[in-house]
Amino acid sequence: MIRPCLHTDGPRKSSPTPLLHVEDLHVRFASDTGPVAAVNGISLRLEPGETLVVLGESGSGKSVMAQALMGVVPSPPGVVTIRKLRLNGTDLLRQSPTAHRRLRGREMALIFQDALTSLNPRFTIGTQLCEMLRVHLGLSRRAARDRAVQLLALVGIPSPRVRLDAYPHQFSGGMRQRALIAMAVALNPKLLIADEPTTALDVTVQAQILDLIKRLQKQAGMGLILITHDLSVARQIADRVAVMYAGRIVETARTRDLFERPGHPYTEGLMRSTPRAAALGSPLAPIAGSPPDLRKLPHGCAFHPRCPRAIGICRAEPPPMRVISRAHSSLCHLAEEVE
Amino acid sequence: MTAALQDRPASRENEAPAAGAPILSVRDLACVFETRTGPFFARRSQVVRALDGVSFDLFEGQALGIVGESGSGKSTLARCLIRLERPASGRITYRGSDIAQLDERAMRPLRRDIQMVFQDPWASLNPRHTVSRILSEPWEIHAGLVHPSDRTERVAELLRLVGLDPSFAHRYPNQFSGGQRQRISIARALALSPKILILDEAVSALDVSVQAQILNLLAELRDRLRIAYLFISHDLSVVRHLCERIGVMYLGRFAEIGPAASIFGSAGHPYTRALLSAMPESANRERIVLDGEIPSPLSPPSGCGFRTRCWKADAHCAETVPPLSGLPGTGAPATQLVACHYPFESAQSCKP
Repeated sequence: MIRPCLHTDGPRKSSPTPLLHVEDLHVRFASDTGPVAAVNGISLRLEPGETLVVLGESGSGKSVMAQALMGVVPSPPGVVTIRKLRLNGTDLLRQSPTAHRRLRGREMALIFQDALTSLNPRFTIGTQLCEMLRVHLGLSRRAARDRAVQLLALVGIPSPRVRLDAYPHQFSGGMRQRALIAMAVALNPKLLIADEPTTALDVTVQAQILDLIKRLQKQAGMGLILITHDLSVARQIADRVAVMYAGRIVETARTRDLFERPGHPYTEGLMRSTPRAAALGSPLAPIAGSPPDLRKLPHGCAFHPRCPRAIGICRAEPPPMRVISRAHSSLCHLAEEVE
Repeated sequence: MTAALQDRPASRENEAPAAGAPILSVRDLACVFETRTGPFFARRSQVVRALDGVSFDLFEGQALGIVGESGSGKSTLARCLIRLERPASGRITYRGSDIAQLDERAMRPLRRDIQMVFQDPWASLNPRHTVSRILSEPWEIHAGLVHPSDRTERVAELLRLVGLDPSFAHRYPNQFSGGQRQRISIARALALSPKILILDEAVSALDVSVQAQILNLLAELRDRLRIAYLFISHDLSVVRHLCERIGVMYLGRFAEIGPAASIFGSAGHPYTRALLSAMPESANRERIVLDGEIPSPLSPPSGCGFRTRCWKADAHCAETVPPLSGLPGTGAPATQLVACHYPFESAQSCKP
């Protein structure tokens, strides 16, 4: 059975033990032209039932961060260092690789962007779903099949008993993403990480999938980290948003605060680059230049070469995380506290 | 140096883009593909009508946006216009002559005037050619346009036009970022001074900040060179930013077409309303989440293509295909055309 409604009243604030607690995560990749610094010191907390959207452009390190949390960064060439990684109070760093792997399926699950490559084309959806249920839950063949039917029904796949015998290519993009979500929530994980789950889908289907993820999260009280480059997705689903640039979180705030009072020049730039009704008829204000080369990050603040407000200190010293208001902070020398 | 590359100041306010004869006029265009299904001993061929009854006009210096989901036929439309596909029926009138059924040879000189920019800047540039060679290749094919001795100068000019440094001419595509590559693709399309530029999801693969740079460039080029754009995208906010007119496609037909302001202000088709409700700024509007997905073009529903997902559909919709006609009460000549038996009146609420 799907876990009953634990708390439908939204995220619990200020719980003593956060669902996920990460401190100082670094990921480096060896390459022929020197090490690539993909993630450079990320710390974050996620409360049970909370939705955190990680917003960033390509190369910001958002997907690598997700892979590092799941422990699936390919190594070599990847090197992951991390000071603290706790899930529900359990220190994942002290666990053996086997125990970590077991936790990975049961306690935390990952949905990838591309549902077609995440599924094996040579096996039916049913085979893939049942295999996982049997391995993790030790179910019998028949019990696993019954459970799989329930799961497909749960994610809104019509006539689930018949569709269980379909191959991935017989599903449409939206249906494949649904099947993948069914697999991810099959073991009642406490934490769901979704990496661009709706990017490959059409707008109308995207709305359906976001609704589905939201509904499942509410029913099961899961914590959700959703990774996207799309400001509108962030706005629709997030409780809190973390903006990433060059492997760091540069701003984190509650959704409303972020969109109404962005506290980092990069976030502001992103919003001004997005075509919107208010800016019709006038040119957009793009961010100058392009993202930095992760092999040689700029000195000081990584954003300073593109920042319209950069001053001397920005080139010299890396900025600290400054608190702007409660639950709103920005990695910028010029950020000031309000209130 | 040809006239089209010279600066021609033209501000968007004091010109009526719809004035005069259209530069490109499409009537009842249909494109059909045949697919074969089943095992080889019982192979059946099926006909997919990728485009059916598509009509529109494109005017000089005007940007027409085409919006639709995958499978709506918007890319097929682009491919028909530059005749990468041969339309099954219908007319494409360019400067008074019908180009829909021209053969390859007769089509070639016209290709100069209708150019295309593709979605993926990584796949559409040859990695083994320098920028200079990529940009001068069109002049090899259309010999006699630009004298070989002038080419270096013209390449530099094109690069400046799209905001790149002329010294980049000797670099290879892999030395550029995605945004810069898309600038090169645009420069290549402009090399023959086209009258019409077809942009098929040309900014979709780019990050927001870079996408804004390219959108600004496109707006500027349109105003300077008076090129007509057919801008295909799935992103409504991008289309609204660039285009004066918008056509919404669904299953190979236009669901609605009209001035951008009327489409955004008072969409008549339920599908357009659903698309608009998914936009980020519509948080305070009624959100419409459609059931299901776009049907397979192999077995389209009878009557109106959208009826399987429409909350207004009834028996009439299953019987007759709704014609593209003016909204009732908007007067004649109608500028906003809707293909729906039960269109919304201007300020009507979406919910039944």
